[in-house]
Amino acid sequence: MPELLYQRDVYGQTLVELGRRCADVVVCDADLSGSTRTAFFGKEFPQRFFNFGVAEQNMMATAAGLASCGKVVFASTFAMFASGRAWEQIRNTICYSNLDVKIVATHAGVTVGPDGASHQALEDLAIMRAIPNLRVIVPCDGPETREAVLAAFETPGPFYIRLGRAKVPTIEGRQPFVLGKGALLADGKDVALIACGVMVLEVLKAREELAKKGISAQVINMASVKPLDEGLVRRAAAGTKGLVVCEEHSVTGGLGSAVAEFCAENGPARMAFIGVRNKFGQSGAEPDLMKEYRLTASDIVAAAQRLLSSQ
Amino acid sequence: MVIDSRKIRELEKKARQVRLMIVEMLARAGSGHPGGSLSSTDILTALYFSVMRHRPNDPDWPDRDRFHLSKGHCCPALYAVLALQGYFPKEELTRLRQLGCILQGHPDRHTPGVDVCSGSLGQGLSVALGMSLAARVSGRDYRTYCLLGDGEIQEGNVWEAAMAAAHFHCDNLCAIVDYNNYQIDGRVSDVMALEPLADKWRSFGWYVQAIDGHNMAAIIKALEGTKKVKERPSVIIAKTIKGKGVSFMENVADFHGRVPNKDETSLAIKELS
Repeated sequence: MPELLYQRDVYGQTLVELGRRCADVVVCDADLSGSTRTAFFGKEFPQRFFNFGVAEQNMMATAAGLASCGKVVFASTFAMFASGRAWEQIRNTICYSNLDVKIVATHAGVTVGPDGASHQALEDLAIMRAIPNLRVIVPCDGPETREAVLAAFETPGPFYIRLGRAKVPTIEGRQPFVLGKGALLADGKDVALIACGVMVLEVLKAREELAKKGISAQVINMASVKPLDEGLVRRAAAGTKGLVVCEEHSVTGGLGSAVAEFCAENGPARMAFIGVRNKFGQSGAEPDLMKEYRLTASDIVAAAQRLLSSQ
Repeated sequence: MVIDSRKIRELEKKARQVRLMIVEMLARAGSGHPGGSLSSTDILTALYFSVMRHRPNDPDWPDRDRFHLSKGHCCPALYAVLALQGYFPKEELTRLRQLGCILQGHPDRHTPGVDVCSGSLGQGLSVALGMSLAARVSGRDYRTYCLLGDGEIQEGNVWEAAMAAAHFHCDNLCAIVDYNNYQIDGRVSDVMALEPLADKWRSFGWYVQAIDGHNMAAIIKALEGTKKVKERPSVIIAKTIKGKGVSFMENVADFHGRVPNKDETSLAIKELS
């Protein structure tokens, strides 16, 4: 059995590691430090940890002020509030000023589970991706979370890193995260399955199912949603008969849109999109929600088959 | 503290020069916000020519006092003061709001002396709070000043920041409210009343001073006074006049976001010269 980890546990531990390494690391939270695990940092470095209470707009703009004085600021809350409530603070104060604020947002997507639609961010990639200067990263498991957080620390400028709530299995044989690069997890010639976050596991399962049906699928982990690995997309489009892009997010504006924008301008590829279609989430157990919103391996298999049969 | 009356007269003269520069640069630019720029001129002059510790030839000096213009639309006043201090050549003022210029319509980091962008109202007190907290984390003794508009503090983000600055006992932070009682749609008291404003800040845990924002001696005394306040942030509610210094602009809401035409400009320059 693969190792199961909370991405946010890994995030909290990585913050402590960075705190020990660099005295300029400052961490901010908005009353969710237990859930986001920034509390790990707060416990060891109380002088460099600020809890702003339920006030995300203030947290983000204050993070900008801290960063303008040479601090590397990690600011965390749930993805819904990080991206939605404080969007304009992120746009106008953090990103326009191109400051060293690393927004690490947890509890993204329907896998938030029982808390329901109000807490299930499905639009965050779309609204974050549209902001200049901001890099958008969706790690697929625990170890990749650590690598992405370290990359954000080492790279000047603002980041949005999207994490989930639930425990996720560690993906075996994954290449290390590199900003702006995707990774080919498995090769194949009929169809390319491109995914980020929890969907990477689903596309790996889908690949096995497709193999049983005689379809050869390649799998790409596209953690770096922005900047996008355009070279890898180009090769996937050229080397297969179509792309299925999978994300635990609305099909509007996220990874699928990023890939489609590139393909539309640079030689069209047949595409299918796995994601939530113009709907809010709802309460439920995570596996049931994945099924309800057609985000499972079998949905991906069906989409790949449709794509190939309509050639 | 004893305030040298000669020094006050010098600052008043400087403020007059700043006002003239504001009118000239806005008339040339053809758009911008004269009313609030003129109401905040005396405060900015006091900060940059007397109160703040800064080095125009080293804008990134880590120990400099920070200033953040939360009411970013009044940047002509800030640009004039920065130019007079030598942060950039005065000729740049003639290119205000032009394509590719270092002086944008609202402040951004192309301008030497501007640390963080502003212009979208309500976010600046948080930015200043971050600067104040950074001083604490780094063990530096610089102070942070933040100029807010009166209409601006209708934004909820301001009060989130006010709550947090008191919670974190930021006595190195000083906010100034340019209380000219006009916003785009009219009198602040008609659009969305703020009173009792001093009580609001007091109840949020701030040390409050209310002054005449055009009395240079009072401005200096109040700003210097905040340096001695311990354990809590300070706010100065500066009663000002929108369009101050140009008779036909004073207390006229229209001049919030309209620049003077050719005749008005000549008249204004005559009044300020």
